[in-house]
Amino acid sequence: MGMQVAFWILAVVSVGAALAVVLLRNVFRAALFLVLCFFTVAGLYVAMGADFLAGAQVLIYVGAIAVLIIFGIMLTRDSQEGSPSGRLRLPAVLIGLLFLVTMIFVVIGTDWGAVAEVSSEPTTTAIAEAIFGGDGGFVLAFEIAAALLLAAIIGAIVLVRDK
Amino acid sequence: MPAEVFLAIFLLPFFSFAVIAFVIRPFLNSRPLLSWYMAIAAIGTSLVLSVWAFVAVSGAEHHVLEMPNYQWLTIGNTVIHIGVTVDALTAAMLVVVTTVSLLVQIYSREYMRGDAGFCRYFAFMSLFTCSMLGLVLADNLLFMFLFWEGVGLCSYLLIGFWFHKPEAAKAAMKAFLVTRLGDFGFMAAVVLLYAKTGTFDIGELQHLAVTGVLGGSVLTWAAIGVFSGAAGKSAQFPLHTWLPDAMEGPTPVSALIHAATMVAAGVYLVARLFPLFSSSLTAIYVVAIIGGFTAIFAASMGLVANDIKRVLAYSTISQLGYMMLGLGAVGVGMATGHISGEHALALGAAVGIFHLFTHAFFKALLFLGAGSVSHASGTFDMRLMGGLRKAMPWTFAMFLIGSLSLAGIWPLAGFWSKEAILHESLQYVPVLFALGLITVFMTAFYMFRAIFMTFAGEYRGGAPEAHGDHGHHGPHESPKMMLVPMGVLTILAICAGWLPVNELLGGEPHSFFGSLASPLAWASLVLAGAGIFVAYAIYGRKWLSATAIGRRFAPVHTMLLRKYWFDELYEQLFLMRFLINGFFGVVQWFDEHIVDGAVNGIGAVTVATGTVVRKLESGQLQAYGLAIFVGVLVIIAFVFIFT
Amino acid sequence: MAIGLEHWLILSAVLFAIGLYGVLAKRNAVVILMSIEIMLSAVNITMVAFSRYGQYITGQIFVIFIMVVAAAEVAIGLALIISIYRRRKSVDAEKFDMMKW
Repeated sequence: MGMQVAFWILAVVSVGAALAVVLLRNVFRAALFLVLCFFTVAGLYVAMGADFLAGAQVLIYVGAIAVLIIFGIMLTRDSQEGSPSGRLRLPAVLIGLLFLVTMIFVVIGTDWGAVAEVSSEPTTTAIAEAIFGGDGGFVLAFEIAAALLLAAIIGAIVLVRDK
Repeated sequence: MPAEVFLAIFLLPFFSFAVIAFVIRPFLNSRPLLSWYMAIAAIGTSLVLSVWAFVAVSGAEHHVLEMPNYQWLTIGNTVIHIGVTVDALTAAMLVVVTTVSLLVQIYSREYMRGDAGFCRYFAFMSLFTCSMLGLVLADNLLFMFLFWEGVGLCSYLLIGFWFHKPEAAKAAMKAFLVTRLGDFGFMAAVVLLYAKTGTFDIGELQHLAVTGVLGGSVLTWAAIGVFSGAAGKSAQFPLHTWLPDAMEGPTPVSALIHAATMVAAGVYLVARLFPLFSSSLTAIYVVAIIGGFTAIFAASMGLVANDIKRVLAYSTISQLGYMMLGLGAVGVGMATGHISGEHALALGAAVGIFHLFTHAFFKALLFLGAGSVSHASGTFDMRLMGGLRKAMPWTFAMFLIGSLSLAGIWPLAGFWSKEAILHESLQYVPVLFALGLITVFMTAFYMFRAIFMTFAGEYRGGAPEAHGDHGHHGPHESPKMMLVPMGVLTILAICAGWLPVNELLGGEPHSFFGSLASPLAWASLVLAGAGIFVAYAIYGRKWLSATAIGRRFAPVHTMLLRKYWFDELYEQLFLMRFLINGFFGVVQWFDEHIVDGAVNGIGAVTVATGTVVRKLESGQLQAYGLAIFVGVLVIIAFVFIFT
Repeated sequence: MAIGLEHWLILSAVLFAIGLYGVLAKRNAVVILMSIEIMLSAVNITMVAFSRYGQYITGQIFVIFIMVVAAAEVAIGLALIISIYRRRKSVDAEKFDMMKW
């Protein structure tokens, strides 16, 4: 019961925030609504019992990505234009709706198997064991992800430095 | 007489052509007379051999010499032979061609003196003589066709001899194309005959026609096809338009080719294939009717011509019509069953060829005379001549004798041959005989009109530009080199009728004085005399005015002057309207718009497609993204539909 | 009504569609970047939903990696936007059509 209430409230807010991001003319306000969206997504993770991910979501998305985006907005401010709509508004709407309808159709039409009960133990240990334990797990992917982040840092610096 | 000698008769002129064309002209052009010596030597030898052949044939059994033939090509199962046939007809033609050719080429030495194309002239003359002799000697239709085309080619080359003159070039093309039209019929006939009988050999075809194996519509169509080729070469109606224009060539060329020999090739062809014609009533009527009609038709146009060579050209067409009429008349007699047998076949050929024989001499003489006159006065327009009798007595005398022979005055050569034709046509085709009789009057009239305009009265000045290089004032007699050949031809024009040629060919013998006893002879002599008198009245004494008569009968006069508008008919109406703008125009439109259009269209479509499609690459990334996503949806749809 | 897997998946689809609209239809490059983040979040929700309803943890591990990549991508994306802004004084995506025909 509680989860249902939580789900519906969080779902509506996140969808609303996402709509605000893409429809608002003022870019800064759009960024703020993005932050709200991320928060609600974190809440949704909690509703699904993924506690570690909820924390990671807030730290990474809200703490880093949203802040970066706001920096970017500040540095590329266009007071007049803001965030207008492009030429492909109608085709995009159509495609979006089409996609949505298709997905709903698929989702409802498929037999997904059993519904499980949520277990309320913390997931951090499970994640850690899955990544590092077992027969190596996802250690390689983990390391590569680290290398990727390094490359991204260096790349960003190279792109933006003054000659 | 060995067979190789006969080959030499036409190979010698060919050798002369080769030497002149490949040795003398390129390397020895500074001494052009060498080409003259070469040509004369070759043709002279051929003449001697021809006379020898004539004598041999006269003495041979049935007047035929047996000749072997050689294999030339083998195509699959077909073997094509080449060979030579020598009978009375051949012998007579050989003598005519070599004699006239030799005399004309002797004359040409003076006439063409100083011309830049002197060597080229004699090369072509030799080639022509070779072709004509080969045509006469050939024993199968394919071999003959080779020379037939060769004769047409040389005619084109010689008419257009002065090719930088646009009229000459046009006239040469016209001659070639009009005769080509006839040649198609000839070719079709040859193919048809081969398809139906399996042979090209003339002797075999004659045999098949006579025995009736080859008959019916096949024979008729083949004969008509052959006659169309003959009509083209002999300038019969409706393929007559090229001969008057062919007078653009040098006058000796007109004398040799367009008076004596090439135009006679058509008559020769009909005579040679006479058994085929005489077995088909339709075909022989065609020959006779066209011949008779052409005779009067051409003569009518000669009545008003002002260019002396044109008068002679129309006269030639008219006389060729007579020859066809003669052949046709006897043929009609045979086809309708009045006469038959070997004797009748020979008679038919004889009637036509005898006139060919005599005509060659006096017509060549008249042309050479016209050349002599133009040499003196610088023009061919008779309105600018006059009074030349005093300045050029020899030319006048010879021209006069030639005209009398042409008009058919006893006892000159033309009388005998024309009598034979009129006699036969009276018996079998009386309507055409009437036309022929009227033409006798017209022939005498136009020839003597020409004589009075040219030789009588006072000299009217000649060509407008000064006749400079001789230093004489006014016209003068031509040099001996030109007069001597004319003299020889004059003698022949007088006595050719007395030679035993007619009997040799198979014609009916005539007695010298006895022929004056027939009323027909008197009728034609009276008409000829009347024609001469009327010409004298109008142009000699001027009792009647020519211009007044012309105005009185203005529509007729115009029609004759404009050659019955046949040139306009052929060139404007038929050629331009029907063909070039009509049929060819449609074909050209098709080629330009549909064939080319398809090819260009492919290119244009590609370019147009590209112009449209490249708009897709707008550089707008979001558009690209949209397209990608649409693709994703399509794939999803496919997966859903097909699984 | 119990919340089943379908609910989560449909929510995710809605968010994804909204993000898609933003990517295709907005002109400001930063907004496009934000829309991409929305799309990635939607995918994350799907992953976690499968993980929870399918009872295996791999979905959540996947989400970790997606987050890593998203972070890296935002960093680079913003660096690009800033360097373009310096040259062309604009972040309007419709003006960047140098790749056109």
